[in-house]
Amino acid sequence: MTDMIRAEIVITHNVGLHARPSVKLTKLAKQLGAPVEIAAMPEGPWIDAKSIVKVMALKIPQGNTLYLRGSGAEASQAVEALVDLVRRDFDLERADENAGGK
Amino acid sequence: MPAGNERRGTVASGGLFGGPVVRLDADAEIRRLAGSPEQENAALAEAVAVALGDIAALMDRADGDAADILGFQLALLEDDELVAPANAAIAAGMAADLAWKNAMDAEIAGYEVADDEYFRARAADLRDVRDRVARHLAGGTQAPMHSGAVLLGDDIAPTRFLETDWSKGGAVLLARGSTTAHVAMLARGRGVPMLVGLGEIPAEADEAIVDAEKGLAIFDPPAATKSTYAARTAELVKQREAEAEVLFTPAKLGDGTPVEVLINVASLDELDAINPASCDGIGLMRSEFLFSDGKPLPGEEHQYKTYRRLLEWAGDRPVTIRTLDVGGDKPIAGLTPGEEKNPFLGLRGVRLTLARPEVFRTQLRALARAAVHGNLKIMIPMVTVPDEITRTSTLLDECVRELEAESMDCSKPPLGIMVEVPAVATCPELFAAANFFSIGSNDLTQYVTAASRDEPAVAALNDPANPAVLQLIETTARFARDAGIDLSLCGDMASEPAHLRALIEAGLRCLSVAPARVGRVKLALREV
Repeated sequence: MTDMIRAEIVITHNVGLHARPSVKLTKLAKQLGAPVEIAAMPEGPWIDAKSIVKVMALKIPQGNTLYLRGSGAEASQAVEALVDLVRRDFDLERADENAGGK
Repeated sequence: MPAGNERRGTVASGGLFGGPVVRLDADAEIRRLAGSPEQENAALAEAVAVALGDIAALMDRADGDAADILGFQLALLEDDELVAPANAAIAAGMAADLAWKNAMDAEIAGYEVADDEYFRARAADLRDVRDRVARHLAGGTQAPMHSGAVLLGDDIAPTRFLETDWSKGGAVLLARGSTTAHVAMLARGRGVPMLVGLGEIPAEADEAIVDAEKGLAIFDPPAATKSTYAARTAELVKQREAEAEVLFTPAKLGDGTPVEVLINVASLDELDAINPASCDGIGLMRSEFLFSDGKPLPGEEHQYKTYRRLLEWAGDRPVTIRTLDVGGDKPIAGLTPGEEKNPFLGLRGVRLTLARPEVFRTQLRALARAAVHGNLKIMIPMVTVPDEITRTSTLLDECVRELEAESMDCSKPPLGIMVEVPAVATCPELFAAANFFSIGSNDLTQYVTAASRDEPAVAALNDPANPAVLQLIETTARFARDAGIDLSLCGDMASEPAHLRALIEAGLRCLSVAPARVGRVKLALREV
């Protein structure tokens, strides 16, 4: 546990860690080389970033900080990949979502 | 006013519909006898797998919001954590159906008590998943799909909505429900009339009329009411068709004179449902939605990203963002003044932001940075004296210089003003330093008539068609035309077909209206 990688980032997506962002986050977490845990507070409780049930249960509104941690060989890339997803606002560009709308 | 067979509700999606009542299913019965834990776990796993198949099939023909909702449910069903508590109860000897229901009810209860309305509304998605799996566990078949009916119940599952055939019309009446539920969004997208929060609903009803214009449900209506509504429905359908026809055409008057029709927006979410090609841009973006009471003030980066998203949505079209317009009547902890005896005449709009330059600077810096991503204009609210323009412009110049010194991409967008204080509308020539004018007819009317529309006893006096208001609009328009200053009007008046002739006669050629009114206004302008 000594080589625990930690990071934190503010959720700026305009509604918070809602259904769509959470789906994106868990999907990405499943593809990573190392398990990552997330929390709504620096001291935890820590939950598995791969579980949509647990991620949604955190109920993190916009403007709040998401804490991440991981351990193992590829932990720093894994944590950074998730931080980057949050930084990119979960790749949810509102403008092109309208393409299929009626 | 509602009679015995009438109920009032909140409009979640507008429109009119009358037809036979279909009750939404009650919960699946709990009746399994527990087999061995292996058998029960296998039964649950099988039911979850079938439910997954249902959702995947629905997803094949879904798009937009519907696909998002289904994607969330799919992710839930794929997550082992969802069934883990039920598996634990099964190991202790419980039957699969009861174990599943208890586990899901506990999960749902967590959502129902959330502070945030969005998370509370997600309880409906979890109930949907719970009931679907429970139906399969009970060996139940697919819920029947009804067409041309009024679906009546406590709440409606999003997938139930998606499985329903709406091609012959239909409506939804809910005793509970919420206007922010996924299903309300779906109803708006499909144009299905929907009322929520009806409270108690009649135990017996064969037919219902849903008036989601007035927020009224009429159960087992008498023949006379039915024929009145049939006529109104036919009229509304014709009106909607005519509006839909002109929605994507350029706005013009009867004689072909072009008019610009822009939209007023109060939150980013609204834009999801709007195709930018239907309007000439955003005439008023109320930046207040970023600032909510009891939360920290939004930082520069967050504001920048939000403004940038608006500009990207609009493409080349202009986007006018109004700087923070709050005050004693719309309090924000730590920002607005405390008790004011008369908040509408107090420290609000630009008066407040100039008094709190650190807050104003953050917003102006974010705006200057966003300006490089589109056609941005900045609008100052509640301007009363020309000095307020000078001071804001100076502050904006300072922000641009700072950003340049920090090697940040930025530019100084045009700076215009709201014309809503009579002092401005009476002597617009004193405000020629503004790059554009936008008449805020709501406040202008309230200040000219000295009557608030929120006070029922004097609301009738608050009439934008009062000759004094119209005269000030004309004065402003005449000066703007002579001085070559762009002019628009962004109050509710512009959304009201009855006022359009007066506005056009006063010289307006650019209107910013409620998004839902674009078609109606374009249609009405052709009659002017």
